[in-house]
Amino acid sequence: MRLTSSLGRKYVMALSGVLLLGFVVAHLAGNLLVFAGPEALNAYAKKLRLLGPGLWAARLGLLGLAAVHVVTSIQLAIENRRARPQPYAVVRHSASTLAGRTMVLSGLLVLAYLVYHLAHFTWQTAHPAVAHLTDSSGRHDVYRMVVLSFQQPAIVLAYVLGVGLVGLHLSHGIGSSCQTLGVTNERVVEAVRRAGRLIAWALFLGYAAIPAAVLLGVVA
Amino acid sequence: MNLSLVVWRQKGAQTPGRFERYEAKDVSPDLSFLELLDVVNEGLITQGIEPIAFDHDCREGICGSCAMMINGLAHGPQPAVATCQLYLRHFKDGETITIEPWRAKPFPILRDLVVDRSAFDRIIQAGGYVSVNTGEAPEANSIPVPKKDADMAMDAAACIGCGACVAACPNASAMLFVAAKVAHLGRLPQGRVEAKQRVDQMVDAMDREGFGNCTNHYECMDACPKAIHVKAIAFMNREYRFPRRKPGT
Ligand code: HEM
Ligand code: FES
Repeated sequence: MRLTSSLGRKYVMALSGVLLLGFVVAHLAGNLLVFAGPEALNAYAKKLRLLGPGLWAARLGLLGLAAVHVVTSIQLAIENRRARPQPYAVVRHSASTLAGRTMVLSGLLVLAYLVYHLAHFTWQTAHPAVAHLTDSSGRHDVYRMVVLSFQQPAIVLAYVLGVGLVGLHLSHGIGSSCQTLGVTNERVVEAVRRAGRLIAWALFLGYAAIPAAVLLGVVA
Repeated sequence: MNLSLVVWRQKGAQTPGRFERYEAKDVSPDLSFLELLDVVNEGLITQGIEPIAFDHDCREGICGSCAMMINGLAHGPQPAVATCQLYLRHFKDGETITIEPWRAKPFPILRDLVVDRSAFDRIIQAGGYVSVNTGEAPEANSIPVPKKDADMAMDAAACIGCGACVAACPNASAMLFVAAKVAHLGRLPQGRVEAKQRVDQMVDAMDREGFGNCTNHYECMDACPKAIHVKAIAFMNREYRFPRRKPGT
């Protein structure tokens, strides 16, 4: 198998996509600690920061995966455009979905959101007023940063749009990666597509639950 | 019934084309779509207009010639039929029907609705065959073929190479065509011998021709006049990565 062929690069897309999906799931699991209260979330954040080299290895790994995923996707998308230089006058779709046809767009918007998201919570440059607080045990107060952030409607809007785009991307991506990796067959292919959409919705709702809870005052 | 046709007219590969409108008056709903074009062409000839060029041969859904995009759908709106098996009763009286050629860089337009599909032939030449000598037919029970393998091979062998998969794919990818050949040959004992080199060479040939890359939209499966399933694509994806496989898996 050559990784530079069309099929090879599809494998690269699917594998990097699935590994990034792994991060999206793990990250949600960590974030949901906000429902367990300030102690749990701040202790978890501190533990992550104490990983030191491990944290950097994970960050570099994710950066590498994202770079491979984005560069390959753009290359494939350019080739796909070139394969049909003249579009049809009448375009009708029967099997494809909007999510599937807008993977490059949703991907690039996710990328843009990601930069803002890192500036917000990781580099803490986007909203410095809420970022540099410490809790009673002298730890970085991640909990208050989250709560104070999500009391601002503009931040909530950007966040929900961002995770919504991730959900849209994954609603095609999860089922698609199963087909690319060859784990589907006639019996399951439709079920895999539906399961992918379901998981994407679940991830979106999981992430969106956090600002919703803050706005509703459940988390304060 | 009356129909308005908006048809792509293009004199040759290098000349620019455009749409022309033709009226088909008082045609029988029992005409096939190709017969409709025949009727329209007879009218054009009497008016001294060059008839619409389109490919056709068997007119019974087995040769794969009758390539055309009808209202944005390859082989028209009926599932699992080629244009030659599509009838006017599937259209509404007074409807406007837009007819375009397959659009893909590897399928250059020769004239009107006729495209050059020899890219498919070159993919077949790259590995879509079995070259081992199998001798005489063996005793029927000496080489058992699991039912799963026989089923997929037979389903995939229904491919008539019409190119609808490419035409319908938003990326103009030839995955379903190539996968059908890989599955048809690779799941039977005779074809197994060359399975690895076949999938490698056919994928290379597909890439050389400039087809797009599959993004699993599955438009191809809906467009295929033989309803070939995208399970063949999953099989090719497996075959490309793990060319060794046990029969029946
Ligand atoms: C949170 C980050 C991301 C995750 C979890 C993710 C996940 C995935 C998954 C699982 C697939 C399916 C692979 C396949 O079809 O086999 C995919 C495809 C794709 N991704 Fe992403 N992705 C992410 C970010 C991005 C970004 C930033 C881009 C930027 C361009 C992008 C562009 C694409 C494209 C164009 C495809 C379709 C490729 C194809 O089907 O050939 N993705 N992604
Ligand atoms: S003319 Fe042979 S398949 Fe339609």
